Amino acid sequence: MRFLVAPFLLAAVCTAHAVALPVTTALGYDDARHLLTRTGFAATQAEIERYAGLTREQAVKKLLAESTRTALTPPPSWAADSDVFAQRPGVGASEMERKRFQEEETRKGLELRGWWVTEMLSTPSPLTERMTLFWHNHFVSSQQKVKLAELMYRQNVTLRANALGDFGELLHAVARDPAMVVYLDSVQNRKGTPNENFAREVMELFTLGEGQYSEQDIKEAARAFTGWSIDRSTGEFTFRRLIHDDGVKTVLGRSGKRDGDQVLDILLAERQTGEFITRKLWREFVSPNPDDAEVKRIAERFRESRYDIKSALYALLTSDAFYAAENRATLIKSPIDLVVGTLRQFDMRPSATIPFAVAAAAMGQNLFAPPNVRGWRGQDAWINSTTLLARKQFLDRMFRAGDGGSQTFLATDTSMVQPPGRSIMPAGAQDPDAIRQIQFRRAMDRGLNSVHFDRTAWFEQFSSPANSVGHARAAIRLLLATAPQNSLDLQEEPLGLVRSIVLDAAYQLK
Amino acid sequence: MTAKPTMDRRGFLKISASTPLLAFPFGFATPVAHAAVPAAADYDKVLVLIELKGGNDGLNTLVPFADPAYYVLRPKLAVSRDRVIALTDSVGLHPSLEPLFPLWKERELAVLQGVGYPEPNLSHFRSIEIWDTASKSAEYMQEGWLTRTFAAAPTPASFAADGVIIGSPDLGPLAGGGTRTIALSNTQQFLRQSRLATPEGEPHNKALAHILKVEADIMQAALRLSADYPFRTEFPQTAFGNAIRTASQVIANRAGVAVVRVTLSGFDTHNAQYATQARLLSDLADGIVALKGALVELERWHRSLVLTYAEFGRRPKENLSNGTDHGTSSVHFALGGRVAGGLYGEQPSLDRLSGDGNTSYAIDFRSVYATVLERWWGVPSSGVLNGRYTALPMLRS
Repeated sequence: MRFLVAPFLLAAVCTAHAVALPVTTALGYDDARHLLTRTGFAATQAEIERYAGLTREQAVKKLLAESTRTALTPPPSWAADSDVFAQRPGVGASEMERKRFQEEETRKGLELRGWWVTEMLSTPSPLTERMTLFWHNHFVSSQQKVKLAELMYRQNVTLRANALGDFGELLHAVARDPAMVVYLDSVQNRKGTPNENFAREVMELFTLGEGQYSEQDIKEAARAFTGWSIDRSTGEFTFRRLIHDDGVKTVLGRSGKRDGDQVLDILLAERQTGEFITRKLWREFVSPNPDDAEVKRIAERFRESRYDIKSALYALLTSDAFYAAENRATLIKSPIDLVVGTLRQFDMRPSATIPFAVAAAAMGQNLFAPPNVRGWRGQDAWINSTTLLARKQFLDRMFRAGDGGSQTFLATDTSMVQPPGRSIMPAGAQDPDAIRQIQFRRAMDRGLNSVHFDRTAWFEQFSSPANSVGHARAAIRLLLATAPQNSLDLQEEPLGLVRSIVLDAAYQLK
Repeated sequence: MTAKPTMDRRGFLKISASTPLLAFPFGFATPVAHAAVPAAADYDKVLVLIELKGGNDGLNTLVPFADPAYYVLRPKLAVSRDRVIALTDSVGLHPSLEPLFPLWKERELAVLQGVGYPEPNLSHFRSIEIWDTASKSAEYMQEGWLTRTFAAAPTPASFAADGVIIGSPDLGPLAGGGTRTIALSNTQQFLRQSRLATPEGEPHNKALAHILKVEADIMQAALRLSADYPFRTEFPQTAFGNAIRTASQVIANRAGVAVVRVTLSGFDTHNAQYATQARLLSDLADGIVALKGALVELERWHRSLVLTYAEFGRRPKENLSNGTDHGTSSVHFALGGRVAGGLYGEQPSLDRLSGDGNTSYAIDFRSVYATVLERWWGVPSSGVLNGRYTALPMLRS
């Protein structure tokens, strides 16, 4: 006799605790789960147990206090090299040298992705990595254009160091970050022939938001950033006085012989900047539909704190809106949420993490290479027929016993993680690039197959008796943000049960 | 013992996917799947897009063999005059495109010269985004031009999908918004994977509703697509030939699709271009000939329009690595039973290149889109394209 539970019954189970609570009330299991899932990568039973019982205020303070400014995982060995920048092929380099250089940077780029995924898996502060990723998607740079993995690494370090710090400092740091200087063409911005790319994006995407400035403001601001460049041997930021335009500029109605830093300060002084960032944080953590009055209230606190990012997060994560029942399960997991969250949740310890970075890329989130300067659009845009099937195939793979030869990547297009020169190579039988592609995919498949899910140990964390319906209910409550959409068989054997839960549409939500 | 519901559906799917008749009780209004097409938009006519990824060299595709400037710019890469398949006394096709010559003679091949746009962008990623979204050069749009088309003039609900993207992870002109787009590499594999779709549920928010919609799109396509039409046409044994076979299988289904997009990759020929491009153009020509064969078998050739496109062409002056760098406007092909064959636009002047050595354009790519919208499907184009672009007279009624 099997016991089937209708989705509506589980809906009652899952939302019973999701009522708004005053700040001083202790977080219940579901509230703690919600807070940790939204601010990290999934939430394990042990983590939830550590937070349940704290007040909202205590819980959020604890989360913020545990944030860090540096990664624990040692970077790839090449990241510390200071002369790599000088090894780029020069003007007279042969095609062979160029190709070798490009392949080398591709390899480094993959190591870098693996390094970040390792950090996400092992960090004691998932919020730090979530915020680093948030800023990576705000201050977008892509290795597709920057090319040098070293610069992408350095930018990641800068983003993490300021991820929960001072937004003003972060903006100033990013503006002179070498990867950004290359990505938004500041290198080409010279007196007399300004390149407006950075000036436009700093207003449209980094601070004010679209429509809050004029084309003339962009032209004037671009002049202020002339001469912001990088040193051709070290790859460090450098200011080139000779090509800087030191004349009078008028930006947002304010005139003077402004330099780039002063223009950034003008942008930071605008009320709109605080609201723009707060609105984006709301979409990241609370719901797809920011509440205007609440955004204004929180943005005000953000500004009063002189752009202390922790203050904004504290206000956001203790708000009634954050815990409101109608905002639960309204966000779609990013590919990184799904991949890293699944590995963390089930305590799977991969021997290599690059294949998991590549798996996320195949689902549409290639770390260090957002699609364009606007970043990943997120939410609904994460899910189309290709990416949804890629997600499900990945999950199916993770929870299938005795299927060591599964070939997820051989059947998937991984061209998005290759540099442009190679991704557009044809796949002919004699083509060495095609052969390498196949070898690469095989290696990725071996990596995915290396993880192990210890279902006995995992189910032991629940207090209910083993292999009971109570066990199944506890697993569903831990794994899903809302009721399962399919009828689940609660007496299915453990592996099959977990597979059914993660393949349910509700597992895509957080 | 209660069987698991998903097992029921999986079993059902397996049968129905290979047995089209079984699908009729599940939503097909009439055995003639295209009967419900609204008079306003004639999606019974299929559009097949072929993306030449990487940026095909237009100058060596349609060769201006009578122009001395061509041989000056291309001392190593020029196609010698005696090898060109002359179409007129001044231009001709690359020898690898010889299989297309019969289509030219039958006036089913329109050659669109100098297709491009103002203020061209030379980045692969950005320029293909401009083409895919039909945006202006400095305008960022989220939705593909076909996504906007199907939002303005939906396809019949009985269709298997609005569009099918073959062998590429990005949805290109079908990205964003609410289209029913399916991406697959081959139909059998898609049918196998689709068993993981679980479209049941009562969405109580927009995010869940979106996921369930995509699951349902996968199911609908899986139910209505089959992979076993017995073509007599022989498809080339190449990656592109396989993609053309898949495209033909998709079009063979009785439930319609409005658009199929296939991709031929490898045109970013910065070095040693001659052999690479010759092989790619040969793949392209053989693929198109096979596609025509399949569509004629299906009696769909007169209701099919095949169009090539790419992010850009290549720079007229060859580089020092026997290749060419990123360029601007390029030549493209339109083929089909209703195409009015001939030359359109004009060959870009090689005497008046821009500061960075690139060509100007003769046909705005959005005019090609306007032609598809207005003359092929009968959909007004100015709303979709955010402006008025003159349709080309390249289709016969």
